[in-house]
Amino acid sequence: MEEIVNLFHGFAVVIQPFNLMVMVVGILLGVIIGVLPGLGGANGVAILLPLTFSMSPTSAIIMLSCIYWGALFGGAITSILFNIPGEPWSVATTFDGHPMAQQGKAGEALTAAFTSSFVGALFAVIVITLVAPLVARFALQFGPAEKFAVFFLAFCSFIGMGKEPPFKTIVSMMIGFALAAVGLDSVTGQLRLTFGFSEMLNGFDFLIAVIGLFGIGEILLTMEEGLSFKGRATGINPKIVWQTWKELPRYWMVSLRSCLIGCWMGISPAGATPASFMSYGIAKRISKRGHNFGKGEIEGVIAPETAAHAAGTAALLPMLSLGVPGSPTAAVLLGGLLIWGLQPGPLLFVEQKEFVWGLIASMYLGNLVGLIVVLTCVPLFAAILRIPFSIIAPVILVVCAIGAFTVHNSTFDVIMMLVFGIAGYALKKCNYPLAPMVLAIVLGDKAEEAFRQSLLGSQGSLGIFFSNGLVGSIMVLGLVALFWPMISDGFARLRTKSA
Amino acid sequence: MNDTTHQSGDGPSHRTVEIGLAAFMALLGAITVAGSLQVGIGWGAEGPRSGFFPFYIGIAIILSSAVNMVHAFATKAAPRFAEWSQLRQVMAVVIPTTVYVFVLPYTGIYLASVVMIGVFMLWLGKYKLPLTAAVSLGVPLALYFMFEKWFLVPLPKGPIEDFLGL
Repeated sequence: MEEIVNLFHGFAVVIQPFNLMVMVVGILLGVIIGVLPGLGGANGVAILLPLTFSMSPTSAIIMLSCIYWGALFGGAITSILFNIPGEPWSVATTFDGHPMAQQGKAGEALTAAFTSSFVGALFAVIVITLVAPLVARFALQFGPAEKFAVFFLAFCSFIGMGKEPPFKTIVSMMIGFALAAVGLDSVTGQLRLTFGFSEMLNGFDFLIAVIGLFGIGEILLTMEEGLSFKGRATGINPKIVWQTWKELPRYWMVSLRSCLIGCWMGISPAGATPASFMSYGIAKRISKRGHNFGKGEIEGVIAPETAAHAAGTAALLPMLSLGVPGSPTAAVLLGGLLIWGLQPGPLLFVEQKEFVWGLIASMYLGNLVGLIVVLTCVPLFAAILRIPFSIIAPVILVVCAIGAFTVHNSTFDVIMMLVFGIAGYALKKCNYPLAPMVLAIVLGDKAEEAFRQSLLGSQGSLGIFFSNGLVGSIMVLGLVALFWPMISDGFARLRTKSA
Repeated sequence: MNDTTHQSGDGPSHRTVEIGLAAFMALLGAITVAGSLQVGIGWGAEGPRSGFFPFYIGIAIILSSAVNMVHAFATKAAPRFAEWSQLRQVMAVVIPTTVYVFVLPYTGIYLASVVMIGVFMLWLGKYKLPLTAAVSLGVPLALYFMFEKWFLVPLPKGPIEDFLGL
């Protein structure tokens, strides 16, 4: 019951005029970011993060999380109208969304996509409202060993559950940890890995890495592919919206299943992109009209969009309750918390009630506002997409450079951004996942601190990580996640043998 | 390396790039290990020394990169990484951006941005001068008002801004 009261307090915070304005601005910026190639949720939020330094933390997180919702919505527009996924998680939406647009049903496809996104997000927010406080209360009892075990679990699931080769995931992640270690050691106060360069005293900021890896890297990839935009007419009007809405309740099973897949994948840090693919694949297998998938089936739009939004939203649950973000964008938001002077983790629910519940309330309202904004402004956003890339690209480069500079008012960071950008291009082309690297840069210091504090307590014995039931079971879960491909292989072999 | 023999030779093979990247990663791992050894990897009065954690991180990078390199060597018919024409497109962004980030501390961000957007549009986009001028002047101007006036975030300025007294 206490949660409901807190939530209403949250709503009271959110409907202050300034916060409402910030919300609408955030959604609009987010959709633009989602629509433009080269700007995504994670680096869009990273670039705009410095703009929020002067705001109150609650307004700031409302703006940034709304940018994130907007980016999630925006990805669908480009997928359906232009067959170009603006975001990786909307790739699966192109499979049926674009064929629908080619058949002149762009309005239906967009309405279905936006509405599904909204449903998925709403479901995940309800899950967050109900579950996050419980998880946080539980996590309050965690000591350093348990904290490290949670980090261990998060990083292991990246290795075992990711679709990239596991050793590439490990390299990417460990590079992130190494970059996080550069500079001042937070435990002993000693300088390390700086090799005498004063520029490296403060280490590598993850915001610079995000802007470079995701922003500049993405532009380089787009340049290589030489995109030419050939869009479809939109033709979305209230009548089409209404007709589609009348049709949607029939697909409640698809929605519910996609919501569950999305929430699960979002909380375990698999993220929105695999969630959307998985949901699409399962819908195709189960649906009676599965054979028609890929030719413009509305279920093929509902399934990935619902799951992507549910996952994108659910990724905030571990960030809020445990301080472990479920996605790169959640990691950037977590970095924002640190900058605003808030300590992410379970204590947030005790010490920063207004902030947490303001954020949760803004998720409800932000997604509703987002739905209205995208439904009414589609032609405007489609027009933005028609601006040629040779104009968009330098503008995005300039915006990225400004974003990198404003983090620490340092021009050296702008150079680092370019280095990260070129690295991001090469890594992406060679199938190294970037998300684990970003998460490791953000969490590196915290994971290391937890690890060393645990060892201090145990006088150097690794046995501390298995010293009680709680920490032991989290560690075992982590190991299971780590070796999951082998374990599932073994099960499959056993089954074929017994059959 | 004879990996171009089974390719048409229109670009670097994926295999070469993979091997190069794995070697580079291993180098980063080695640097991490070296840096950790400098500050001590053992157990000190304060518990694990500063190099303790990064040392094992570096080792993990080296070992995993070795596995990746073996994988890369084992792949036979690798596709091309990219065609030279595609890489030229990529370099067309990388080179101006490199110049941009290095001159930016001296010229200020606004002048550098005007030039960069202008060069891009004239050279890559083949736009006429009026449109180019409008965009390349308009965007930095809009950014100026947004950052310096609205959000009160100062950006690097150069001689021109000094001259204008901004």
